[in-house]
Amino acid sequence: MTGARLLVRALRDPGSIGDCDWMGLVSAARAEQLIGSLAFRMEGRKAPPRVAAIFEAARRDAAHARTQALWEAEMCRRALAPLGVPVILMKGTAFHAAGLDASVGRSVGDLDILVPRASLPAVEAALLGAGWERLKQEGGYDDVYYRRWMHELPPLIHKDRDRMIDVHHTILPLTARPTPDAAALIADSVALDNGLRVLAPADMIVHAAAHLFADGDLAGGLRNLWDIDRLLREFDSADFRRTLEERARLHRLAGPVARALRLSHRLYGTPVENRDSPSFSLADRLFEARLLARNGWGQERRKPLRLAFYLRGHWLRMPPLMLARHLWIKATR
Amino acid sequence: MRHSLALQIGPVAFRIGSAWRSPLDALARLYAGYPAPADGLCDFTVRLEPERPWRRFVRPSVAIRGDYVLPDAAPLALAHGLLAAEMGMNLQMALGQRRWLLLHAATVERDGRAIVMTGESGAGKSTLAALLGERGWRLMGDEFALLDMDAGTLLPFPRAISLKNGAIGVLEAEAGPGRFGPRLAGTPKGDIRHLRPNREAIARMGEGAKPALILFPRFGEAAAVRGVGQAEVFMRLTQASTNYVALGCRGFDALTGLVRSVPALAIDYPDTETAVGLIADFRRELAA
Repeated sequence: MTGARLLVRALRDPGSIGDCDWMGLVSAARAEQLIGSLAFRMEGRKAPPRVAAIFEAARRDAAHARTQALWEAEMCRRALAPLGVPVILMKGTAFHAAGLDASVGRSVGDLDILVPRASLPAVEAALLGAGWERLKQEGGYDDVYYRRWMHELPPLIHKDRDRMIDVHHTILPLTARPTPDAAALIADSVALDNGLRVLAPADMIVHAAAHLFADGDLAGGLRNLWDIDRLLREFDSADFRRTLEERARLHRLAGPVARALRLSHRLYGTPVENRDSPSFSLADRLFEARLLARNGWGQERRKPLRLAFYLRGHWLRMPPLMLARHLWIKATR
Repeated sequence: MRHSLALQIGPVAFRIGSAWRSPLDALARLYAGYPAPADGLCDFTVRLEPERPWRRFVRPSVAIRGDYVLPDAAPLALAHGLLAAEMGMNLQMALGQRRWLLLHAATVERDGRAIVMTGESGAGKSTLAALLGERGWRLMGDEFALLDMDAGTLLPFPRAISLKNGAIGVLEAEAGPGRFGPRLAGTPKGDIRHLRPNREAIARMGEGAKPALILFPRFGEAAAVRGVGQAEVFMRLTQASTNYVALGCRGFDALTGLVRSVPALAIDYPDTETAVGLIADFRRELAA
């Protein structure tokens, strides 16, 4: 066993990892950006000294990543506070800010926030005034595309700190078939002590599932699925399961959420209810194969499968004619 | 991967995988005499892969990948595969190393005292370190100095020395031909030839040393020596470090500790012989 499959086993059951392909485990974890999470799971367990040192460094690095993510959120809070609009942290930064289990060892790339759509112009202007800069040329194809069709503004980058911010107004592109209820996401968000907000727990899972199974090509999906596992375990209760089902239906994302539960159970052993016992379909198997398409050298495998998921990601994202035009423009520029 | 090789360099072990045989053959020749990692494990993985599947055969081009990658790194010609492997190892250290404070610096040691030489590309630190390594000093490394943040000592990282353009001839006059890699003409950095450090540098690559002097050499000016204030040394070293920011408070404590306890000088020199002479003077003063 090596690569992604070994990584999944180590995350799920770190006690079962003895004499294994340690290098394959480390390389797969680095490639999937799960080295920090793995390092905490393996804390205090037997590993060869060199590997134990790699894990120790990764744990320290995770502490730094956390500080940096929270600082970036604070910078954003200060820039947007005068507007008086709700600012909702999402994904990694939200897990750290709310102190959730999903934040243990979690790496954070960009800062993701959600704001009411009507506030977008004011939010963008405030960020531009506070040192963030455009990454896409104003009025260019990408810029216009984002503004017209996407669930977020074109990415901005801070000129001094070199960190990106994605300002969302909902959780799926406007061109995708399901239409989540953005107003409900904001209305039911939870305030933190510093005035920033995070999504309600069930909405966090709905968002993670939407991101993983209703958008994009599943690259880096093991980390998203690990988030889902940690969230489900932390909030698990009969009440919560009902709430999650309701929220998934409300946001028109019951399918992706159910799939997330099945795959999370399958790969990470997440406890799920037996009532509608998760039968694992052929499609689920393809998702599983895609998620595990990484070998012990950290290389991506199964090229045709990855390509199929890339095309699927675009197919979900927009209607056929628009997709053809979009891919044509991207291919010929 | 089709071909692979493991290398232990100082305290760090690499495994290098390649789609082609030739870069690893060249690497194995260059690193002849280096031990394999005793535990059979590695800290970092480097991969040399074709940019696209067919580029393994057609106009082969080597993309530098691994545990840590730069998204916009340009691929190299297969003839420069050895350079790709070297750059891949550098990249892992620069982007992924967190166990030690990393300074982009050359280090040599004599009488248990280490001199750290840092400066921009072209300041001549590699050439100087290589030359000193042939003249009675122990070469600890020409690219990265590893500072142990608890003990304050420097650990050796004696990779093959990357000699560029004019420096190649200078060292060809000093070291035996068997220690050189192939001359790589027309790389993005000009002509490059690698030199394997001498036997002593390899035999003692597990042995650290106390830093005794920080030097900021500058090539091409009339000979001059001036002291450098601690604040300036600190600022210059933060710029020379690839992981200072990521190490947070520990990095700050280690670096201020180094700057407070070790003297620093900036030297200008018109030719390497002058610099070697200046450094011999410093050695006498440090011993006094």
